[in-house]
Amino acid sequence: MKELLRKREFTLFVIIAFVLVLIVIRVPAFIEMENVLRIVNDTSILIMVSLGQLAIIVTGGIDLSVGSIIAFSGMAASMLNQYHPDLSVFVVLLVGIGVGTGLGIFNALVIAFGKVPPIIATLGTLSVFRGFTFVLSKGQWVTAHEMTEKYMNLPHGHFLGLTNLIWFGIVVSLLMYGFMRYTRTGREVYAIGGNKTAALFVGVSEKKIQFVVYTLMGVLAGLAGVMWTSRFAAAVNETAIGFELQTVAACVLGGVSIAGGSGTVVGVILGALFLGILTNALPVVKLSPFYQMGLQGVVVLGAMVVNSVSAKREEKKLLERRLD
Amino acid sequence: MAGYKKSLVDTSRLVSDKTTMSRIVDFITRWEFIIFALIVFEAIVFSNLTPYFLDTFNLLNTTFNFSEKAILALPMIFIILSGDIDISVAAIIALSSFSMGFAASHGAETGTLIVVGLVSGLAAGLFNGVFVAILGMPSIAVTLATQSIFRGIPQAFLEDQAYTHYPEGFGYFGQGYIGNTMLPFEFFLFLVLAVITGFVLHKTTYGRKLYAIGNSATASKFSGIPVRRIRMINFALTGLFAGIAAVLLTSRIGSTRPNIALGYELEAITLVVLGGVSITGGKGNIVGVVLAVFLLGYLKFGMALLNMSAKVMIITTGALLIVAVLIPEFISMRKKKNKLKKQKNDENTEEVA
Repeated sequence: MKELLRKREFTLFVIIAFVLVLIVIRVPAFIEMENVLRIVNDTSILIMVSLGQLAIIVTGGIDLSVGSIIAFSGMAASMLNQYHPDLSVFVVLLVGIGVGTGLGIFNALVIAFGKVPPIIATLGTLSVFRGFTFVLSKGQWVTAHEMTEKYMNLPHGHFLGLTNLIWFGIVVSLLMYGFMRYTRTGREVYAIGGNKTAALFVGVSEKKIQFVVYTLMGVLAGLAGVMWTSRFAAAVNETAIGFELQTVAACVLGGVSIAGGSGTVVGVILGALFLGILTNALPVVKLSPFYQMGLQGVVVLGAMVVNSVSAKREEKKLLERRLD
Repeated sequence: MAGYKKSLVDTSRLVSDKTTMSRIVDFITRWEFIIFALIVFEAIVFSNLTPYFLDTFNLLNTTFNFSEKAILALPMIFIILSGDIDISVAAIIALSSFSMGFAASHGAETGTLIVVGLVSGLAAGLFNGVFVAILGMPSIAVTLATQSIFRGIPQAFLEDQAYTHYPEGFGYFGQGYIGNTMLPFEFFLFLVLAVITGFVLHKTTYGRKLYAIGNSATASKFSGIPVRRIRMINFALTGLFAGIAAVLLTSRIGSTRPNIALGYELEAITLVVLGGVSITGGKGNIVGVVLAVFLLGYLKFGMALLNMSAKVMIITTGALLIVAVLIPEFISMRKKKNKLKKQKNDENTEEVA
């Protein structure tokens, strides 16, 4: 029990429950199954991409180019669907993921082999990939009537009462949970971020780990790109601008240490859901959506202060125990 | 023999054994020289492609397009040198511009507006500083959160509206020229601030301390450098400079929307990194950054003259940033390799002797 209370995810869970209760007191309908599913559906893309960001932040890096990868792979998939409408949606999905993977590999090469600091490399590709999106689309949009019915139904279709988008979110979450927790490479991700020197000495390859996490982010962002464009039935050049900050915010909320080495899949999912609840609750409690940005900032900053204070307390306790 | 020599202090840095040739190589592989060469190259290419490039009036007038971002880059040198980063600068401009618009809508005069702009910028910078320097939270996470707070405030109040009424004389700062010359006030201010920044950076103990903190914050702390206070001042300065940029930008475009200066933080960071300041801290100088301002500013100007589209510019800027970091990495790798080779050669010759 004590163990559970100390856990960061549990604290976040309690905070979410508390906020939910506050909202439900004002608007009881908020907790209805239909609405809950809508929030989860709205948050699925954020969850998928944030989990990619998690692996990267745990290594001590950051990926600022995700918004642009989503835009480019979404645009590529939508245009493929537009010009080859009889191509199977499954193929379009794979192509979208493939394109995202390619861009992820480009980041990975620059960072792992070019030794460019992640923040700089992805800051650069943030512009480059966005620019290529414009080049690819020639500044045009792909709109609803240019997409096939099947493509637009990709995230909306139902299976066992849940939308496909939610299923994608669940599958990605489970895979990432297994990867980060139970695979050798997943544990090495934590090792590199926690204590690089020690990890290198026991034979963990930093290049390999960096290559894996940035490529993985490409895969997830490619998937997110297809989902994003098909769900909103539009591929525009400004797709997912600023989304990178939301993914980092979800990680920070979920207790991922920005310095690397710690953070869990469950925490990030809760963090992303919290952001999703916040966004969806604003119109329900009759607050202008223009408050969203500021409110999100306050919540993230608050979470970080709580994080850093509790980390300091933990450190103190540890020191005291050692002195005893 | 070789082993005996190696076990003593490494004297290679005390006794210069450099030949004239290696000095020349060192000089032309210096980052500032490379950027300077690129500017010259740029000038030659563009002046051959269009007759409008090498024109004093054009060259001076296009500084309107980059002076505000260049001013943001100056305190960003301090921040990045000491190992931090501030991605909230553009949002501070939005907040500060909003404050000025609010004051102007309540009948404030030009003088008051400037004070309001600078003070709100400074306050936002101090707000960042409290979390980063005093509470010891990572600067990238803090400024990520505060940028959405700073921009969230104008967004909550203005929604989709804008402040467009500013007093008559307010337009001078972003649109005016110095006296009867062709020198824009904005650009002149940037040059003055750059000289001051350079002086602080290279001629004062404050500047030396920044390099020390960037190389090792822990070691600096133990040698008596007030690390907290210096980081606090850095963030406050960045806020103040963002306030200055807000005054100039608001005065230039004469309106305030919540999305004002969107993406400026990335451009300011790009300028600093392109200028050769190491993102991990502790390395860089003012000359490189000022040259980077001209390199990027005139690259955009030249491309615009040639009717190249915005997307090509976006790609070029991003690519330039990555290449700018790749090249020094490559050079230092080559230098290390050469040094190793030379050491090996020296050992061999000694053993033969």
